[in-house]
Amino acid sequence: MFEYAPAPESRDVVDLQPSYGLFIDGEFTDGSGAPFKTINPATEETLAEVATASEADVDRAVRAARRAFGTWSAMPGSERAKYLFRIARIIQERSRELAVLETLDNGKPIREARDVDLPLVAAHFFYHAGWADKLDHAGYGPDPRPLGVAGQVIPWNFPLLMLSWKIAPALACGNTVVLKPAETTPLTALLFAEICRQAELPPGVVNIVTGAGETGAAVVNHPDVDKVAFTGSTEVGRLIARGVAGSGKKVTLELGGKAANIIFDDAAIDQAVEGVVDGIFFNQGHVCCAGSRLLVQESIADELLEALKRRLSRLRIGDPLDKNTDIGAINSAEQLARVRELSAVGEAEGAERWSPACELPDRGFWFPPTIFTNVAQSHRIARDEVFGPVLAMLTFRTPAEAVEKANNTPYGLSAGVWTEKGSRILWMAERLRAGVVWANTFNKFDPASPFGGYKESGYGREGGRHGLEAYLDV
Amino acid sequence: MTTPLADVASSDATLRAFLHGLPGVDRVGADQRAAMLGTRSVKATAKAEAVDLAIRMVDLTTLEGADTPGKVRAMCAKAVHPDPSDPSVPKVAAVCVYPDLVALAVDALAGSGVKVASVATAFPSGRSSLDVKVADTALAVAAGADEIDMVIDRGAFLSGDYAKVFEEIAAIKAACARPGDGHDAHLKVILETGELATYDNVRRASWLAMLAGADFIKTSTGKVQPAATPPVTLIMLEAVRDFLAATGRKVGVKPAGGIRTTKDAIKMLVLVNETVGEGWLDPDWFRLGASTLLNDLLMQRQKMATGRYAGPDYFTLD
Repeated sequence: MFEYAPAPESRDVVDLQPSYGLFIDGEFTDGSGAPFKTINPATEETLAEVATASEADVDRAVRAARRAFGTWSAMPGSERAKYLFRIARIIQERSRELAVLETLDNGKPIREARDVDLPLVAAHFFYHAGWADKLDHAGYGPDPRPLGVAGQVIPWNFPLLMLSWKIAPALACGNTVVLKPAETTPLTALLFAEICRQAELPPGVVNIVTGAGETGAAVVNHPDVDKVAFTGSTEVGRLIARGVAGSGKKVTLELGGKAANIIFDDAAIDQAVEGVVDGIFFNQGHVCCAGSRLLVQESIADELLEALKRRLSRLRIGDPLDKNTDIGAINSAEQLARVRELSAVGEAEGAERWSPACELPDRGFWFPPTIFTNVAQSHRIARDEVFGPVLAMLTFRTPAEAVEKANNTPYGLSAGVWTEKGSRILWMAERLRAGVVWANTFNKFDPASPFGGYKESGYGREGGRHGLEAYLDV
Repeated sequence: MTTPLADVASSDATLRAFLHGLPGVDRVGADQRAAMLGTRSVKATAKAEAVDLAIRMVDLTTLEGADTPGKVRAMCAKAVHPDPSDPSVPKVAAVCVYPDLVALAVDALAGSGVKVASVATAFPSGRSSLDVKVADTALAVAAGADEIDMVIDRGAFLSGDYAKVFEEIAAIKAACARPGDGHDAHLKVILETGELATYDNVRRASWLAMLAGADFIKTSTGKVQPAATPPVTLIMLEAVRDFLAATGRKVGVKPAGGIRTTKDAIKMLVLVNETVGEGWLDPDWFRLGASTLLNDLLMQRQKMATGRYAGPDYFTLD
């Protein structure tokens, strides 16, 4: 067998500090809560100690953002654009450093951090920098006004990318932000804070407060926050929606998903198999729009399953910093426990479980790529979001049945359709209740394309012209 | 041939129905997969192994109007001893020449284990009658060629006359036989993917060639651009994998044209490794058709051994 020698990316490009503070009003400051540790999920080694923002710290951050809002929102769009372009360029220049840090803190393979996350992060800043002086032409009337201070809470699956989805449009539209990164992945957000200083962004325009759920609650419930943006679980999304109801705050929520990836018998099979792999095993399945339900036309189900198993046997699992790794570590012990629990339920309910033979590292949080067959719509693995590398395979007989099964979920974030027949793609896309429908591809993102959900997957859109609405007083 | 697909070529209609019934190839997805595999980082011991394997897979080629006996003799010497300063360098798989130079190459390589391949069938355009193509092949086979690299009739393929392409390949396959000693020449079928234009056509032409008896399917003549691109090689590897599963017969793959650097060659080996696996990581089943690649492989090999790059004058130009 042709074995690739280890090809680890160097850790030395990152200057890890032993402890990190909060970023408020352009300065790094201590938090008044008890600091917490952030670890490398691939090794369980402690990377750094990070400050916890108390309610008082969050209040300081919101007041700083409020002070900065006056000058930032009054600044001509073309001037705001200069800052955003500068940030985008610094992100590109420091992309290797950011990618390595993201991989260390999150557990995702360096190949994905380097080739997917970082290019998209820079693209989001470039794209929204372009909008800053063109908001008159965004379709919201002449001179649309910003909302004020945006309180933003982001998840751990794409730490820096979710930060860019939140901060870039907010700043382009003239808002200032207080952002809380997830407690398991705060480090790239804090390196981003350093980039804001490097770009000489006026103090208070971007504030980063770290901590767990309580800090997040303090951000979204602060009375002087005008806009709440959250990406994360449907459970927390519900809490937030309840908390801000009646407060006059504008809210966008991007929540869970249980996307159907639908393969017709006339699909390009080899590419469909790649699409299934990208759909559910990309980022260890820690993707809200992951194609976690595979719907295959019954006439090709056996053939497709065999091809999929063969392909899974070639996935390379292990050290996320190795440039040849395809599947990295599960982000936390807590998430690993959830993936294990739901997989055990899948077996108990009678579905058949399969994973390729693979050696998992002794330390760290790992779960092998897994396929469940003989899955029924009523099984929990076909209904609950696993948020891990676990695929539930179901079959269908007709296009109408495919649509019916795909839509039979409380979620509606994304869907995929695989067929060489163009008219069928359009027929399906009209009927699928999902914010994004990918045709003959999956998990493709672009800052110009709006992203968001139906039903329990949330509301509001991020990206594109439509995404600007969430940060404008319209 | 008694395979599960024996009836496919029984008529023009069945052949056509079969080829058009093959799953399509999505260009975007195929390009993306090949590009992803192109990011594999092959270093250290893995690179050393890959370089030696690549050298053993090279079909050292000269196909110029200006080829002379002297040129071919020099190339044959290089094929046996690629690096005169280092006897540990393995021999290449074969040399590839025009039919009239086969006898000379056979003589120069006698006893070395390096095979002689010859292009034939009105190479590179394939624009002649079947009689001429068979005679061209017979000339090379009679001169002692171990392998015949034929071209398909792209005009017939693109006009949908699959039966004509099939029959030509079958006729050339028959001309490769040496009834006397039982040592038939191996048939490599060149699809000239740069002229087939679509990936769907590449997949269909691959199956057509394999059904007609090809021992190897080869991307290109080297005279047309684009030649051996990674996505095209990927699609052909998928075709031999699926053909083996369907018929039990294993067919080799030879990308040729445009593979100039060690990096290009290693990308090809990665494609093989992650598409069809180690069963094809052998000169019997995978070849690299190239003329300038060998010196770059030698340069990288020496760099790994000594830690320094030697200048181009330290590698022979043959």
